[in-house]
Amino acid sequence: MKTEELKNVDSANMPRRSFLRYAGVGAASVGLLATAGCQKDHIKTYNGVDIGSGDTGILNYAYALEQLEAAFYSAVVANPYTGMSDHEKKLLTSIRDHEILHREFFKAALGSSAIIGLTVDFSSLDFKNRIQILATAKAFEDLGVSAYGGAGYLITNPDYLTIAGKIVSVEARHAALIREMISPGSFAGSDVVDSNGLNQSNEIKVVLPIANTFLKTKVSASNFGYKA
Amino acid sequence: MNLINIIEQLETVDPEIAERMSPRRAAIKNITSFGSKVAIAALPMAFATVFKKAYGAAAPAAVSDVLNFALTLEYLESYFYNQGAAASGLIPNNNSGYVAEIQSDENQHVAFLKSVLGTAAVSMPAFDLTAGGAFPTVLSNYDTFLAVANVFEDTGVRAYKGQAPNLLGNQVVLGAALSIHAVEARHASVIRQIRASRGVDIAPWITGNAGLSNDTGIGAAVDASYAGENNVMQGGVDVTKLPSIYGNSTAYGVAVEAFDEPLSMAAVLAIVKPFFK
Repeated sequence: MKTEELKNVDSANMPRRSFLRYAGVGAASVGLLATAGCQKDHIKTYNGVDIGSGDTGILNYAYALEQLEAAFYSAVVANPYTGMSDHEKKLLTSIRDHEILHREFFKAALGSSAIIGLTVDFSSLDFKNRIQILATAKAFEDLGVSAYGGAGYLITNPDYLTIAGKIVSVEARHAALIREMISPGSFAGSDVVDSNGLNQSNEIKVVLPIANTFLKTKVSASNFGYKA
Repeated sequence: MNLINIIEQLETVDPEIAERMSPRRAAIKNITSFGSKVAIAALPMAFATVFKKAYGAAAPAAVSDVLNFALTLEYLESYFYNQGAAASGLIPNNNSGYVAEIQSDENQHVAFLKSVLGTAAVSMPAFDLTAGGAFPTVLSNYDTFLAVANVFEDTGVRAYKGQAPNLLGNQVVLGAALSIHAVEARHASVIRQIRASRGVDIAPWITGNAGLSNDTGIGAAVDASYAGENNVMQGGVDVTKLPSIYGNSTAYGVAVEAFDEPLSMAAVLAIVKPFFK
């Protein structure tokens, strides 16, 4: 089972479909564990959080994604994959620090409106497997860029939009780097950039289910058409 | 830098441009769903159609002037990559794919604007890729070519970002603009990676220091492209005072790297001016 899962993502150019399928496997496992836990402890709680509405909702959405990315890169740097070069470690450490700052920025900007700190679940990942970890990083970065592109128009405060813009281009720089680490020449691959030079955009209801496969604390966006 | 600058400039000569470009209008009703790949692929052509429907066969002179200005900037970028790709012995074989990918994007921008303007489109002006002698070997030395590309791409990212608030709430146009903006950032990242692989001490992102954030190693000639990139105040928050993995503050360099800054239209104009003959 484990071997089969690994094989599934052990590809230099894991297409999004494969990532979704792979992510789906993770979701099933997490769900199973959660169910078992509830039965054993007789505790019935909604183990989730809703981002809210309006600009606060969009900022919380970004905050949730940045929490996920920060936790992921923290784990990557703390448990280096087999064969991580000093150069790679330096770059991944920089990305970790950027994502942590993005997370802390949103937390500070949202103040008392911020959602809780999310509990992540990376149990489906083998942090020693370079290809699998970089493929996951690629998926996170491309997803993040597409999320900002897809939700930007929902922001009503121009200052918030500017700040989102300041962050998304850094995420795109990360995406292009991770892609080059996996497969040179794929920095703007046709799976994320179309033939007119436009980056893929994704709506909240597309992004959150994917993010939730790596979260114990499920994130909903009921005001934006998605309930976890 | 085409789409958003066009809109912003058009608003100054035609306050009703937003209404003309509204997603409610039938011409672009069918491309408001960004979930559809077909819709995204159709966007630039549909955008051109909207302009034609909004203004009829010939747009007012003021509108054409703005579009032609944007076209002129795109001419510069496409000319740069086309000349680079054509220069014998300039681009190493193992890098030709990178340049071709970016070259293709810039040529698409030119084609798009020309299709919008039709017979009103200006011809390509004469360019000086050496920027008045600042980069004399731009078409004979690959590292110089990359350095200029580096600045063009970083400036492009900043130019797009500077205009995004003017498209607030417009799902179609802001969505497209953010999409192009992200692609510019991918370009900037990979050009920087190529330079790093050739021995330049540079990261995929813009790294700051206590002075100016011109980390390109090119010198004062391109300082204007990086002016203000060393800003650490975000939304009224000094982000160096936020926690990091190392404690209750964040390193200055990280604070600068984690946020790209916008650039005004006037600043972009001043930056590209030396490249026009």
